[in-house]
Amino acid sequence: MAQTSAQKKGVGSVIWEYLTTVDHKKIAILYLIAGGFFFVLGGIEAMLIRIQLAVPNNDFLSAGLFNEVITMHGTTMIFLAAMPLLFAFMNATVPLQIGARDVAFPFLNSLGVWLFIFGGIFLNLSWFMGGAPDAGWTSYASLSIASPGHGIDFYALGLQISGAGTLISGINFVTTIITMRAPGMTYMRMPLMTWTTLVASVLIVFAFPPLTIGIFLLMFDRMFGSNFFLVEAGGNTIIWEHLFWIFGHPEVYILILPAFGIFSEIFATFARKRLFGYSAMVFATVLIGFYGFMVWAHHMFTVGLGPVANAIFAVATMAIAVPTGIKIFNWIATIWGGSIEFTTPMLYALAFIPSFTMGGVTGIMQAAAPADYQYHDSYFIVAHFHYVIVGGVVFALLAGLHYYWPLMFATMLNEKLGKITFWLFFFGFHLTFLIQHFLGLWGMPRRVFTYLDGQGYNAANMISTAGAFLMAVAVIVLVVNIIMTIAKNERVGMDPWGDGRTLEWSLPLPVPYYNFAQIPLIRGLDPYWVEKKEGNGKMLPSESLTDFHMPNNSILPVVMSLGLFIAAFGAMFFPDGKDWAIDAVSGLDPKPWALPVLIIGLGTTFVAMGIRSWKDDLGYYVKKEEVEKDLEELERGGK
Amino acid sequence: MAEMEYNVPTERWPAHPETATQEGKNKFVGFWTFLAGETALFASLFATYLALKDSVPSDDHMLASELFHLPLAFVMTMLLLTSSLTSVYAIYHMRNNNFQKMQLWLGITVLLGAGFLALEIYEFIEYYGYGHTFRSSAFGSAFYFLIGTHGFHVIVGLIWAVLLILRNAKRGLSVYTAAKVNTFALYWHFIDVVWVFIFTIVYLLGVL
Ligand code: HEM
Ligand SMILES: [Cu+2]
Repeated sequence: MAQTSAQKKGVGSVIWEYLTTVDHKKIAILYLIAGGFFFVLGGIEAMLIRIQLAVPNNDFLSAGLFNEVITMHGTTMIFLAAMPLLFAFMNATVPLQIGARDVAFPFLNSLGVWLFIFGGIFLNLSWFMGGAPDAGWTSYASLSIASPGHGIDFYALGLQISGAGTLISGINFVTTIITMRAPGMTYMRMPLMTWTTLVASVLIVFAFPPLTIGIFLLMFDRMFGSNFFLVEAGGNTIIWEHLFWIFGHPEVYILILPAFGIFSEIFATFARKRLFGYSAMVFATVLIGFYGFMVWAHHMFTVGLGPVANAIFAVATMAIAVPTGIKIFNWIATIWGGSIEFTTPMLYALAFIPSFTMGGVTGIMQAAAPADYQYHDSYFIVAHFHYVIVGGVVFALLAGLHYYWPLMFATMLNEKLGKITFWLFFFGFHLTFLIQHFLGLWGMPRRVFTYLDGQGYNAANMISTAGAFLMAVAVIVLVVNIIMTIAKNERVGMDPWGDGRTLEWSLPLPVPYYNFAQIPLIRGLDPYWVEKKEGNGKMLPSESLTDFHMPNNSILPVVMSLGLFIAAFGAMFFPDGKDWAIDAVSGLDPKPWALPVLIIGLGTTFVAMGIRSWKDDLGYYVKKEEVEKDLEELERGGK
Repeated sequence: MAEMEYNVPTERWPAHPETATQEGKNKFVGFWTFLAGETALFASLFATYLALKDSVPSDDHMLASELFHLPLAFVMTMLLLTSSLTSVYAIYHMRNNNFQKMQLWLGITVLLGAGFLALEIYEFIEYYGYGHTFRSSAFGSAFYFLIGTHGFHVIVGLIWAVLLILRNAKRGLSVYTAAKVNTFALYWHFIDVVWVFIFTIVYLLGVL
C-alpha cells in the first residue's frame, strides 16, 4: 500500500520493502548496491592479477589460482558489475525521462534484479565450494569440458540464472519505451539515454538466447552426459565459440551503448547546448546495434574459418567504425562553442573521448585479419578491450554515478573528492593499459600466470601494476565520498545541476513514489529546457489531477529466484560419481540428494509462477487527495 | 480513468479486449518481444542441430535417414496445426465475449496438444530402442535437445492453458482475463511455427 515518506520505519520493514518492491527507483538502488559490491570484488581480483604480474617468476598466486582469478575477474566485471550498474541507471532514469509512473512490467523488473543477485551469489560461492571456474570468461569448451571439479558448473549455472534476469529486464525496457511514453514524447524526442537503452535492450533480446543455448550445451555435457563438445562422440567445440561470440560481440555493444547514452546527456547538460546532430546520433545508435550482430567471427580469425569468412568479417568489423565515428564527432561538436562547466561528470565525459577513441583505433587494427594473427591472445588485446570497456563503460558508470546521484538519493556527492577520484582514476587507467599495447607487440601472451626474467617485460609490467594501484586508490576515495555524503545527508532541491534539460530533472527530489502527480505534456526535445526557455519553467500537465493506478509489491520474484538458486545445486552435483559423466566429475563421491534438490528447486519456482498467474494482481489506486497534499507540501517547502 | 473497470458490460465489450487496457497493451508488446528472443533461441538450436546432424562416433549408430519416418511426423504436424486453428476459434469467441465457447475451444486445443505430446513420447521411446539416445552421440544430443526444447514448450503451454481454463472458470471473461488468454494464444502459435521448421529441417531434410 501507499506509504508516506514521513513514516519512520524499522530496519526489518525497510528490508522487507526492498525484497518486495516493484518500484523502478528502488530497483535501481538494488542494482547499484549489488553491482557496486561486485565491482569492488572484481577490482580486488584485478589487483591480485596485477600483483602477480608485477615482477617476473612471481609466486604470489599459483598457476591454477591465477586462472581462477582472471576468469572470475572478467566474468564478474562484465556480467555482475558493468551490466547491472548500467541497469541501475536505466531504471533510475528511463521511466522518468519518458514521463511514466513505472516500467511496463514492475513485477518482472523485480524478478530481473533478484535473478541477477542470486546468480551472482551462486557464481561467487564457487570460491568457498571447491574452487572457482578457470577457463576464462569466454570458457572455451575445449578447456571447460576438461576442467576438473565444479568450478565451470558454477560459471554455467550462475550465468544461466543471472542471464535470465538480464533477458527479462531487456524485454521490460523495450516494452516500457514503446508503450509508456507520455503524450508528445515521440520517438525522435526521446533523450539519448532512453534511445540507447532501447537499442541495448533489443540487443539483449537477440543476443542472450544464443548464450543461453551455448551454456545449456555446456551444462548438458557436464551434468547430464550429452556429447555436444566431446569430439570422440562426434561433438564439436567450435560450436561454443560461435554461440559465445554471437552473444559476446553484441554484449560489448550492450555495454557501450548505454554508456554513450549517459555521456550524451552529460555533454548536453554541461556544455549547455542541445546535443549536436541528434537524429544522426539516433541513427548511428541503431546502426551500431544492427552491425553488432554481423561481426562476431572477428574473435575467431585464428580458428581457421578460411579466408573468405575472415575477409567478410574483417570488412563488416571495420564498417562499425563509421557510425562510431559519427558519434565521436557529434560529441565534439556539442562541446564546441558551448559554455562548459567542468563538473565531475563532465570531466569523465571529456576524458572519455580520447580514451575510447584509442580503443576504437586498436579495434580497427585487430579487424585486419592477417594482422590479428599477431595481436590475438597477446596483451595487445587486453589493452584494446580495457580501453573501450574502462575508458568507455567504466568512465560512464563513474560519470553517471555522480550525475544521477541526486536523482536517486536527493543528495550530492562531494565535487572536490569526485575530482580527486577522477584524476587518480584517469592517470591510473592510462598508466595501466597504455603500456600493455607494447607488451602485446613485444610478444607477451595474455592469460599466462607469469613470465621469465630477461625478456624485456619487467619494467612495463611494474608500470602497469603501479597504475592499477592508482585506480584502486581512486575507488577508495570514491567510497569515502559516498560514505560522507550519506552521513551528512544534505538534501538538494529540484534540478540540482541547474542546467537539467530532460524530463527527469523537472521532478521534485526525492522523486515521489508515483513519479508524476500528473503525466506531463512533452513539447519538444529536451522538454524541461523547452519549458525553461519558452514557458514558466514548469512542465505542463497532459491530464487533470485524478486518482491513478499503481502496482502491488510482491515477494514472489525472490521466491522464484531462490528456487532456481536451489535447483542449481541439484543440477551441479547430479553427475558426481556417475559412470556416464565426463572425467572431470565422474570420480567424485556420488550425491544421491542431488536429484531431489533439483526437483524441489524447480518446483518452488514453478509453483511461484503458478501462483503469480493464478491470482489477480490488480494493483491499487493513489487518491487524488494524497497527491494534492504532496503538491501543497512541495509548494510550502520549495518556495 | 477514475475507476478502472475490468468487467466491461457486454454492450461496451471492445473489439480487441486483449489490448483494451494499458496492462493488456504492455503484455501484447512485451510478449512479442519475448517471442523475438525465443526466435533467436530456436535459431541457435537449429544451427547446433545442423552442425551435429549425423555426427556419430562409429558406424553402428543410426543416421537421420534411417531413423525418421515421415508418417508419424506428419500426423504430429497435423495435430499441432489443428490445435493452432482451435486456439484461433477460442480467441474469436473471446472477442465476441462468448466465455463458454472460448473455454470449450481452449479445452480442445489442450487435447490436441496432449495428443501431439503423446506421439512425441512414443517416438522418443522408439528411438531409444534403436540406441539413438541423448547420450549415444553428438547427433543424439543435438536431436533430443532441439526436439526436446520444443516439447518442453508444448508441456509448458499445456499446463498454462489448463491453469487458465481453471482460474477463469469462476472469473469469467473480462479485459483482464482476455489479455491473459490472448498471450497464451500467441505463445501457442509460436510453438506451432517452430514445429513447422522442425518438420522441414529435421524430418523432411532428414529422410532425403
Ligand atoms: C571500433 C570498434 C571495435 C572494433 C573494430 C573492435 C574489434 C575487436 C576485435 C577484432 C577483437 C578480437 C581480437 C582478438 O581476440 O584477436 C576485439 C576484442 C575485444 N573487444 Fe573489441 N572492438 C571494438 C569495440 C569494442 C567495444 C566498444 C568493446 C566493449 C565495450 C570491445 C570489447 C572487446 C573485448 C572484451 C574483446 C576481447 C574478448 C576476449 O577475447 O576476451 N570492443 N575487438
Ligand atoms: Cu567483438
